[in-house]
Amino acid sequence: MSSIQVIVTIVGIVFSLFIAWFFWFAPKGRARAAAGVGGAQEVAITVKGGYTPDVIVVKARQPVRLRFTRQESSTCSEMVLFPDFNKSARLPEGEEVAIEFTPERAGEYGFQCGMGMLRGKLIVE
Amino acid sequence: MLNAAVNVGTQEATVEYLPEKATLAQLHGAIEAWGYKTRPAISEEPEEKQRAEHEREYRRLMRRFWLAALVSIPVLITAYPQFLPLVRNWTAETLRLAWMGAALLTLPVLFWSGGHFFTGAWAALKHRSANMNTLIATGTAAAWLYSTVAILFPGIFPEGTSEPFYDVAAVVIALVVLGQALELRAKGRASEAIRKLLGLQAKTARVVRDGQEMDIPVEEVLVGDVVQVRPGEKVPVDGVVVDGSSAVDESMLTGESLSVSKRPGDEVIGATMNKTGAFKFRATKVGKDTALAQIVKMVQDAQNSKAPIARMADTISGYFVPVVMILAVLTFAVWFDFGPQPQLVYALVTGVTVLIIACPCALGLATPMSLVAGIGKGAENGILIRSGEALQTAQAVKTVVLDKTGTITKGKPELTDVVIVNNGPMSNEQLLRLVASVESVSEHPLAEAIVEGAKARGIVLAAPQGFEAVPGHGVVATVEARRVAIGNLKMMAREGVVLGALEEQFRTLADDGKTPMYAAVDGRAAGVIAVADTVKEDSAEAIAALHEMGIEVVMITGDNRRTAEAIARQVNVDRVLAEVLPEDKAHNVHLLQAEGKKVAMVGDGINDAPALAQADVGLAIGTGTDVAIEASDITLIKGSLKGVVTAIEVSRATMRNVRQNLFGAFIYNTLGIPVAMGVLYPFLGVLLNPLLAGAAMAFSSVTVVSNANRLRAFKPKFSAK
Repeated sequence: MSSIQVIVTIVGIVFSLFIAWFFWFAPKGRARAAAGVGGAQEVAITVKGGYTPDVIVVKARQPVRLRFTRQESSTCSEMVLFPDFNKSARLPEGEEVAIEFTPERAGEYGFQCGMGMLRGKLIVE
Repeated sequence: MLNAAVNVGTQEATVEYLPEKATLAQLHGAIEAWGYKTRPAISEEPEEKQRAEHEREYRRLMRRFWLAALVSIPVLITAYPQFLPLVRNWTAETLRLAWMGAALLTLPVLFWSGGHFFTGAWAALKHRSANMNTLIATGTAAAWLYSTVAILFPGIFPEGTSEPFYDVAAVVIALVVLGQALELRAKGRASEAIRKLLGLQAKTARVVRDGQEMDIPVEEVLVGDVVQVRPGEKVPVDGVVVDGSSAVDESMLTGESLSVSKRPGDEVIGATMNKTGAFKFRATKVGKDTALAQIVKMVQDAQNSKAPIARMADTISGYFVPVVMILAVLTFAVWFDFGPQPQLVYALVTGVTVLIIACPCALGLATPMSLVAGIGKGAENGILIRSGEALQTAQAVKTVVLDKTGTITKGKPELTDVVIVNNGPMSNEQLLRLVASVESVSEHPLAEAIVEGAKARGIVLAAPQGFEAVPGHGVVATVEARRVAIGNLKMMAREGVVLGALEEQFRTLADDGKTPMYAAVDGRAAGVIAVADTVKEDSAEAIAALHEMGIEVVMITGDNRRTAEAIARQVNVDRVLAEVLPEDKAHNVHLLQAEGKKVAMVGDGINDAPALAQADVGLAIGTGTDVAIEASDITLIKGSLKGVVTAIEVSRATMRNVRQNLFGAFIYNTLGIPVAMGVLYPFLGVLLNPLLAGAAMAFSSVTVVSNANRLRAFKPKFSAK
């Protein structure tokens, strides 16, 4: 193999590893829910190409209120689903929509848009 | 008037007012008096809003498509000059200029037509995730960048590799955007069932306020308003009749084909059709609380729920895109190292093709789309499937347990026989009087039947003393100083009563499908009272259909064995579980499950709640207004057993559709990606053209959604219309 080919191969392997690390293994920032109105744990989430914040930490057995505001028009994100809690909500553009429930058990629960393109995680302690 | 605000930009006025004091019509009048024209704003109805949003988005996508399509034409010409007559003869210089033109032309395609791919990919990147946008953006950007470097610095690259691929950028973006537009259209069609349900609602209502009659939009009706309904009109909201009487057609909600007569004190449901009379009613539930609104909400919630198979698909699609990216990088490296000359070109083209052909979307859409269509189809037929999970479990049901009373039978028992012992001390009427008097304080439906039957014969009842109900046995009380005991064999044994010839009478009545009860007065056998609950007309047909589907039908009842078996023979049930105490029903369901089959239980939702919860699928068979039956996985609005057949049929058809979609999405990706990577090249010399990959990718999602729409044409055996 020529030297260029060797370089390309090495770069290729390194890049592949980087992709795996970046998307799967790198730790993500978490947002802890703050106390809100009526004692519920509240977090405000912006929906624009993804959920910001997308990792949320709350305590179990206390009511949770997640306030979603969608700021884009692409129809992918018009619904947000919490499959483990059987909850879903439509998010009209520009409006704040609150989803409320009380997680009973600790664990990690995913939430996502209808098609699965946007994802987030709810960590219940 | 409480508050008024005008947004000049959007030309919208928002007014808060007290509905008791002013009406929308008055507001319109006031505004028009100032010389302005009024028009209702896009309705607040979330359905309307969503449709408007979808329309806007569709138009936006189509505009982007047209630009990309237009640019693609000249770009394609410059990309394949050797095939076209005039262009063939261009000199290398002219060609280079043409290519630079193509570079400039494709820029707006990338950033305007395909702009959302780039912003989407960037947003995802910030969240450390990757989706379809990442793939398309990377693929088309790579094609454009390579092409531009190739024509600007042809010297850098080895001989024969300085040709551009602008056509890939333009055409792929055009195709994928078109695919997204078509997908949006197809998605809109899938949720038609909801629109049909909402279409059942009346638009206006005539209320009587302060003695004045006025027509108002149905949204303005308040709880407590008196609403007037004339012949041929739709009932606007839920309420209780206060004046007048009529017959109302409730078939759209309960499936009851005979009109139901309504008199003061009766409930009426919004969206039902008034026939020939006129009446006034007081509104008790409006807006979101009406039965119709709750049904719509249930259907929507179910459509958005995730079946277990969908969650599996979601997990896979979470890893999918980064895996594809890694494969693309490796493909490039392998072709660059080992591929034929020109290696750079082959490496780049195959790498880009891998990025383009992968379609995570189809995987993510496969289940939700079918669920929406399937649940909508169920709703059209009066079947409310509460969750995707229920739908998935229902298809595998092999045994259906039917509660007898109210499910197989009408649930309205009637008094049929009063038999007295030979040479007994009293007449039929005297015995019936005593028995009915005892039963008058019991709430058991059999008791009510006896009391009704007695009253129908004009018998006046006496008050019982010391009433005692013995579960599984019967009841006993003292009437006019005589101890009257009513019940089964166990009850008579408990009371120490010798039955003699009565046992024969009992058995004959039971073999007839009636429910007999022994009656003893002052410790001596007095006679047998029989009550019968007629079987619903279509129960036998429904059970036959279940048999055809390969499902075993079991009947469960607290009734005595002979009666149960007689009814079982009438409707052709496979197994009978009789004399089951209410608290043992769930256990019996559990025993059936232990035989290794998936068991569905059909009951009335109130008394059978534990059994319904124990079953793999619990079906509550109810009337139109009992929609909030929490214990069930599937609610059958119409009281017919045919609903069970339809529910299982719909679930099987939907899951079949889901499997088709998932299979299609999987196969597409597992075949497409390796071919794009070039696995067929060493054997067949076949490589995937990136343009073809773009077309395939764009239309794979549309195919999935269209296949889901095929469910809308599905006709269950006993379909509604």
